[in-house]
Amino acid sequence: MKYRHRVMFLLAALALVRPAAAEHLLMVRSPQTFPEAMLALQDAIKHHGYTLARVQRVDIGLTSSGYKTDKYRIVFFAKPEEQRQLTRRYPQLIPFLPLKMTIFAEADDTLVVTADPTKMVELAPDPEVEALFHRWRTDIEAIMDDLRGAEGF
Amino acid sequence: MDCLKRMGVGLALWLIASHASATPNGAHLYERHCSACHGVTGQGGVGVPLALPSFLAGADDDFLFKTIRNGRPGRVMPAFVGLSDAEVQAIVQHVRNWSTESQPTLAATAPVKGNPQRGKALYSQHCASCHGANGEGGHGTGVTFSRPRDLPIVPPSLSNPGFLKAASDQMIKEALAKGREGTPMPSFRELGLSEADLDDMVSFIRSLEQTTTAWEPADDQEPYLEAESDYDLETTVENIKRAVVGKNFRLIRIQKLEEGLFPDEEADPNQVIIYFCNFSFVNEALALDPRVGLFMPCRITVVEHEGAVKLMTINPKYLSRLFNNAELDEACERMYDIYAGILEEATL
Repeated sequence: MKYRHRVMFLLAALALVRPAAAEHLLMVRSPQTFPEAMLALQDAIKHHGYTLARVQRVDIGLTSSGYKTDKYRIVFFAKPEEQRQLTRRYPQLIPFLPLKMTIFAEADDTLVVTADPTKMVELAPDPEVEALFHRWRTDIEAIMDDLRGAEGF
Repeated sequence: MDCLKRMGVGLALWLIASHASATPNGAHLYERHCSACHGVTGQGGVGVPLALPSFLAGADDDFLFKTIRNGRPGRVMPAFVGLSDAEVQAIVQHVRNWSTESQPTLAATAPVKGNPQRGKALYSQHCASCHGANGEGGHGTGVTFSRPRDLPIVPPSLSNPGFLKAASDQMIKEALAKGREGTPMPSFRELGLSEADLDDMVSFIRSLEQTTTAWEPADDQEPYLEAESDYDLETTVENIKRAVVGKNFRLIRIQKLEEGLFPDEEADPNQVIIYFCNFSFVNEALALDPRVGLFMPCRITVVEHEGAVKLMTINPKYLSRLFNNAELDEACERMYDIYAGILEEATL
């Protein structure tokens, strides 16, 4: 059993031997127009087991105030129980939750951007929480991969 | 157990071997790391258009390599320090493939010798209106098609340490001499400037290495701001609402932190978010960087735990470092002051 743990640890460590991204922000360009990409994003979030909390329509507020902008929204999402447990153990994470992605039109494409959740680890230096943040990051990358090849998604 | 041991070792060796021997795929790496800003086919957007023939005709592989490796401190383009040399080279090759011509061969490689004082006067006359008085570049780094745009490209910062590290004197001279067709950058040779004039301008631009301080992210170490309230949760929320309006912000919505995640009756009533916004400020911030939606909408969360009431919010100065955008730092400084003011007023 002890040996199995060592093997698992080795495999986990190797899985992390991938080029570390220099970027603190995770971004993807979807080849879809905004309405299609918006639907694809919401589907992908749900597909990866997250609950969509709400959508903030920033562009509506801007245009109603007289400013010019293309479509610009913010999508809030979380795994409810994970967020609840986390905020009870580490209330300092509350300002950063639920997770969110910014989605905006970029000519005929759509851009999606979010902060790398593993950057929150300094707020809760706990190996269990760190593993959770890494899983969130992997999930977000998978969501972005879905959007990158959205036509086939 | 032996079987498990062999499997583990075998899998580990396979992973090491596959990682070490894989030839980097430039197209794949470009798509993953660059296409969000520069466009799938290099057409530009948040980042500069890389597929522009006049750009590729003037930028050699060394310039592209160093640009990816070192980025542009404070000008959005990050330094890709985690990519191997082979991976960066693969991206360079992918970008180069957009051009039908091979990389430019510069006539000379020696540093240009000119008169920087004279070059400064020429720069002020011909370049400063676009590139800034001290080479700081155009404003609003992060041109995006989602916002109104006056230029097809933001004039680059010529004093940026990343640019000066990547660009050779001869490359700068070639750019000045030939211009960049497809952008507002003219050919100064065609405008009548002499070789000596061009040398002087290059010398001045190179001299900016000595006078420009490299941008550093703000050193604020607190990821979030918080304050304790002597009032109960309900009163504290009302105090925040008043303070927000007093700061010329509009209340957007008040909700439980868990709204939308649990049925309303199960959502924790002791965690309440107050969302607010000033659309003039939002418009200004989006012009600086279209990715700042991560700060939006403005928000303060009130939490009651065991009789104590706390107000919490992000620290914009801390988060600004994620964006590598010096101009955004100033907006985040202002936002910090607004948040600090609201927290203070609401807890008086």
